[in-house]
Amino acid sequence: MSTFLSNPAVHTALLVGLLVAAVSGPVGVFTILRGQSFAGHSLADIGTAGGAASYLIGTNVLVGFVSVNVVAAALMESAGANRARNRDVATGVVLGAALGLSALFLHLETESSTTGATIDVLFGSIFTLGSTTVPFVVGAAAIAIGLLVWIHRPLMLASVAPDLAGARGVPVGLVGAGYLVALAMAVSLSAVAIGAILSTALLIGPAAIAIQLTRRPLAAVVASGAIGVAVTWGGIALAWNSYYWSSSHQQWPVSFFIVSLVLVAFIGTSFGSRR
Amino acid sequence: MTLLEVDGVDVRLGGRTVLDGVGFTIDDGQFTGLIGSNGAGKTTLYRVILGLLDPQAGQVLVKGRPLARRNPLVGYVPQKIALDPDLPLRARDLVGLGVDGHRFGPPPILSRARRLSRREQVDQALAAVGASEFADRRVGRLSGGEQQRVMIAQAIVSHPSLLLLDEPLANLDISSTNEIVSVLAKLCRDQGIAILISAHDMNPLLPVMDRIVYMAEGRVATGRTGEVVRTDVLSALYRHPVEVLEVQGRLLVVG
Repeated sequence: MSTFLSNPAVHTALLVGLLVAAVSGPVGVFTILRGQSFAGHSLADIGTAGGAASYLIGTNVLVGFVSVNVVAAALMESAGANRARNRDVATGVVLGAALGLSALFLHLETESSTTGATIDVLFGSIFTLGSTTVPFVVGAAAIAIGLLVWIHRPLMLASVAPDLAGARGVPVGLVGAGYLVALAMAVSLSAVAIGAILSTALLIGPAAIAIQLTRRPLAAVVASGAIGVAVTWGGIALAWNSYYWSSSHQQWPVSFFIVSLVLVAFIGTSFGSRR
Repeated sequence: MTLLEVDGVDVRLGGRTVLDGVGFTIDDGQFTGLIGSNGAGKTTLYRVILGLLDPQAGQVLVKGRPLARRNPLVGYVPQKIALDPDLPLRARDLVGLGVDGHRFGPPPILSRARRLSRREQVDQALAAVGASEFADRRVGRLSGGEQQRVMIAQAIVSHPSLLLLDEPLANLDISSTNEIVSVLAKLCRDQGIAILISAHDMNPLLPVMDRIVYMAEGRVATGRTGEVVRTDVLSALYRHPVEVLEVQGRLLVVG
């Protein structure tokens, strides 16, 4: 355990994990409220095109994820803002196109090098992020949290009763777009940490647990962030520890442990409370 | 005194005339029923009154002034919204959104006194509609009638002069319907809130309505119930013969 807490890679992982979970958890509560889990998962997959492209052109992987996700979120919102079904269709179309691009980019990348981009993009790389990524993570997290704090009341009203929000003078479309930007940041952050494929687990999982535990909206948002941090740190510790007991002395993936903890906690609370 | 004045409002949507020279007034503290079948234009009229839709002609005045979006004088209960049972939102939280749900920015650091007065405001609104009992339950797990009370509390928490309700009685059983009607009548009588309530069935409202705005094919006829719900008046409104029948105290319009 002493090596765990003194290792700089672990420090980075714990810090990144904290920020990622502190963004994904609260954003996820609104994702569930708005019934946009599909959009959330799609954004993560769409982002792989940006993540893969960043390896090709040599920029930071988070920058790749964020820029593609923000553009995709804007396209999804403008293509089908007014109707849920249009939104799902628009999301599906953008998703297909982006995954095609990401297949191409990952192919080109593996042709030219052996950085393991495919595994990193799809399954995350929290232990190998390096300190250069940290400022980007801090920046993206600050934007997402600041945005969410700023719009949380109109967003709640617009998510529960859009007609009512409109009548009260809330710019419903603008608030929805602001939320999608926060969502794009959240899934980009979790994609970098635990991988694009698994990032939905960190977005929806802690939020799904939190809304079972409490009836209060703000408490749910805070609890979701806290649960996210707990499972992320727990996952990091277990993955680090797995080096010692896995048969091949290879660390098992952090993503696996985080997702497992989410699942166990979700099942536990589902059986536990019905508040 | 005239509270709401709707004057010669025309709305055309996609080439179809939805509102055709709609005009009526509502005085302070009046209980008005907006009656018409589905598709008569009731929701469109609400959207115009709320400032969400600009009419091609005509105007809406609230206390003699052109209306602005988010008019604090007007409270609104939209058509039934689907609330998920797992929504982390208590009835009192939804009413609280009626206080400051439109505000941007971080949650204000309220002094203890301000926090208590906000809580009192919410409690009063819940009590006024008889919803105190289930104030702390998840709003999505309440019955249709209970949810409707909470929505009304949300609309009156900011002390409006006029309350607009869009089909609040749809899909309610008879006893819930009567409870909601008596809650509204009490708000109108005790707090002097003018009420404009839309419904496709006028009968539950007959005992409490001061005036009726009868809507058909985008046109309206207004007056006291006895002046409007008559065979000649409604036939002229529909522009084809209809008959008003009274069956065991219920009014039926037969086309």
